[in-house]
Amino acid sequence: MGSVLDFGAASAEAGRVDAVFLLIAGIGGFFFLLTQGMLIWFAVRYRRRGPDRDNETPNITGHHLLEFFWILIPSIVVVTIFYYGWRVYADLSAPRPDATEVYVTGKQWLWEVRYPDGRTAINEIRVPQGKPVKFILTATDVIHGFYLPDYRVKMDAIPGRLTTLWVQPEKTGSYTIFCTVYCGEGHSSMNAQLIVMDPAGYAEWARGGGGTAEEGEPLPVRGERLVNRAGCLNCHAISGKEKIGPNLQGLYGAKIPLEGGKTAVGDEEYLRESLEDPGAKVVKGYPNVMPTYKTSMRPEEIRAVVEYLKTLR
Amino acid sequence: MSEAAAAGTGRGYLEERGWRSWAYTLDHKRIGVMYLWATTVFFLLGGLFAMLLRLELLSPQAKYFSHHAYNVFFTLHGAMMIFLFIIPAIPSGLGNFLIPLHLGARDVVFPRLNLASFWIFVAGFLVIIGSLVAPMDTGWTFYTPYSAKTGAAVATLSFGVFLIGMSSILTGLNFIVTIHKLRAPGMTWNRMPLFLWGMYATSIIQVVATPVVGVTFLLLAAERLLGVGFFDPSKGGDPVLFQHFFWFYSHPVVYVMILPAMGIVSEVIPVFSRKPIFGYKAIAYSSLAIAFIGFLVWGHHMFTSGMSPLANAIFSFLTFFVAVPTAVKVFNWIATLYRGSITFESPMLYALTFIFLFIVGGLTGPFLGAMATNVQLHDTYFVVAHFHYTMMGGTVMGFFAGLHYWFPKMTGKMLDEKRARLAWALIFIGFNVTFFTMFIVGVRGMPRRYAEYLPKFQTENVISTIGSAILTIGILVMAWNFVQGLRKGAKAPGNPWRSLTLEWQVASPAPTENFHEIPQVADWPYGYGTRKA
Repeated sequence: MGSVLDFGAASAEAGRVDAVFLLIAGIGGFFFLLTQGMLIWFAVRYRRRGPDRDNETPNITGHHLLEFFWILIPSIVVVTIFYYGWRVYADLSAPRPDATEVYVTGKQWLWEVRYPDGRTAINEIRVPQGKPVKFILTATDVIHGFYLPDYRVKMDAIPGRLTTLWVQPEKTGSYTIFCTVYCGEGHSSMNAQLIVMDPAGYAEWARGGGGTAEEGEPLPVRGERLVNRAGCLNCHAISGKEKIGPNLQGLYGAKIPLEGGKTAVGDEEYLRESLEDPGAKVVKGYPNVMPTYKTSMRPEEIRAVVEYLKTLR
Repeated sequence: MSEAAAAGTGRGYLEERGWRSWAYTLDHKRIGVMYLWATTVFFLLGGLFAMLLRLELLSPQAKYFSHHAYNVFFTLHGAMMIFLFIIPAIPSGLGNFLIPLHLGARDVVFPRLNLASFWIFVAGFLVIIGSLVAPMDTGWTFYTPYSAKTGAAVATLSFGVFLIGMSSILTGLNFIVTIHKLRAPGMTWNRMPLFLWGMYATSIIQVVATPVVGVTFLLLAAERLLGVGFFDPSKGGDPVLFQHFFWFYSHPVVYVMILPAMGIVSEVIPVFSRKPIFGYKAIAYSSLAIAFIGFLVWGHHMFTSGMSPLANAIFSFLTFFVAVPTAVKVFNWIATLYRGSITFESPMLYALTFIFLFIVGGLTGPFLGAMATNVQLHDTYFVVAHFHYTMMGGTVMGFFAGLHYWFPKMTGKMLDEKRARLAWALIFIGFNVTFFTMFIVGVRGMPRRYAEYLPKFQTENVISTIGSAILTIGILVMAWNFVQGLRKGAKAPGNPWRSLTLEWQVASPAPTENFHEIPQVADWPYGYGTRKA
């Protein structure tokens, strides 16, 4: 933007939203000073100074021309504001050629990301700088809201529908994504990151199958990275004060009481099942709200997470 | 009008004692007072939940309460403040007390229906209290599919709101017919106090819009209890349909909240300026214009819900036209002050505060009406700040103005002015510190309904919590002032503010029969400066 009034917009388009904001703030500021100024000035200037008398104030009951103008002028002003708000909105939501497409699915309480070539991720969206991005949004359980404050845009993710959101990334960097439609207990921790990479780095990352495995990396290390990134810790603490679900430490090898009175042993198969089909064996006393990771993690990633959980003794 | 003829000679309406004299009363004044007590309880309770929210928001991580508890608190804060306080407080409380008095009538046209509305209201709030066994965690907006899935007592709470809505519809009908049929001889439409115009517009909205939300809650209950898929996409339903139904009621209902408060301000400003209201007809008809346009703008709550861009544009365009009649009112109030002889008793302080804060609320509206900035600010704290400036800074300040103004007529006692001004100062400062910071943190991107938030938003949240503590102290001082006024306030004369409306021409507290003889009205009630009051 290079503007004096730079609010940290992530793109020129976001800067146009800021420009509309400033236009409204300017007009609003003018009317604020005008109306509050008259309100305070009249209240001070015409305060009663002496004893109360009758017939001390003029019998003014209205003024047709004034009424006409203060209907006309606000009407012109609001139509102007409407026009700019609509224009910028229309441009920002217009389809663009040659876009990077990303499918994003909101679930209680994470964002599942799918690229058209089959790569998946959780709570982390990587896109190349310089090309428009088309987010195709949906949800599996309840309505979520996909909000990118740095780009000044948001769109609801609605079960049974596909909604679309466009951005034009210009600067590399990491941008926060919030959920803005209240979706239950984990609503406020349902954050994700949009990572804008330089095109060369992005191409290399994409060629490497999405960079989920690093060369010669041991499974538990990879698993720990996945757990940190996949939103697990929004609902599970490793140890200490519990969050929505049971703590992760000590699950492996433990006798786990289940809803319905049975118990399970926390072996590899139990951990795998709980990741792929979380509703199958729910730990007693916890809500059955975890989404499946079957669609968002590959089998070897699930194995890596299981290996990591095994280290939490 | 002959004042001697109008001044009733009967007993004050408060003289009869015993619970039966209240529970079975057909007196609109007693019914109004009972509504005021009931809504006050929920105002304090809703305020308590707000304080718990502010306490938790002192720290970015959930520290004092679980996320679930926080979600319950903001749901109950919103639901109680909206359905049990701000919608009924002015229309059913002050409206009931004042409409017949303002009209020069002895009661509303259907007194038994009026009592029935009150007891349906009580049934509604008991059901809502009952829903606390599995407290609601959906937000006051009940959005599906979350509200169809959560384990909370959604069906119970929505049944409670359904009953409250029924009470609203009956009260609205009663008021519309009363205003049409029971105006005193000589009181033409254009001689009515402006409070009545506000109440008339409000009553129309209640009668037209409330059935929609009632039906919506029935559908939601059917969804939960019978598994019908109105809003469930896997059964062919549409979750966004619920939002259309909900906002078709809940947007117009913000005008149910604000129009009577605007009526109060239109009464108070001329009295304490000793000058006729400026632009009577503009203020009166703009109430009707707001009520009408208000029905056509609900979609502006849903710009990010995947509606077509054309529908969004139409809703945005229409939304902006609510601003025009609203601005007209503000200009006329300010013009009323011009060359007045202004005094600053507590009703006037709150009325001026209404104008001051409502201007801020009004001027932050275009940010949310314009589509580009709406998409940025929707569901952030900016929206929270905007509606608290209009609803608390507007409606609640108007309500406070009304309570201070009519307290002598309702109780026969005067309030302590010194304490009232102290409370006002604390409320004014606390309110702005609490809510103005929310505009800033909203523009910076903090979403609403967050039990925990990013550390970069902490400064604003701490300031806001400090403001809310000042605001709370102010409210408590005000409440203490009311209690002390009731217990040992000085005896109020019939017309302490030298007002010209009919209710002030009778004794304080108002006589049971209101008027010994039905008054003859020969002029409008705003002849200050020319007529002796």
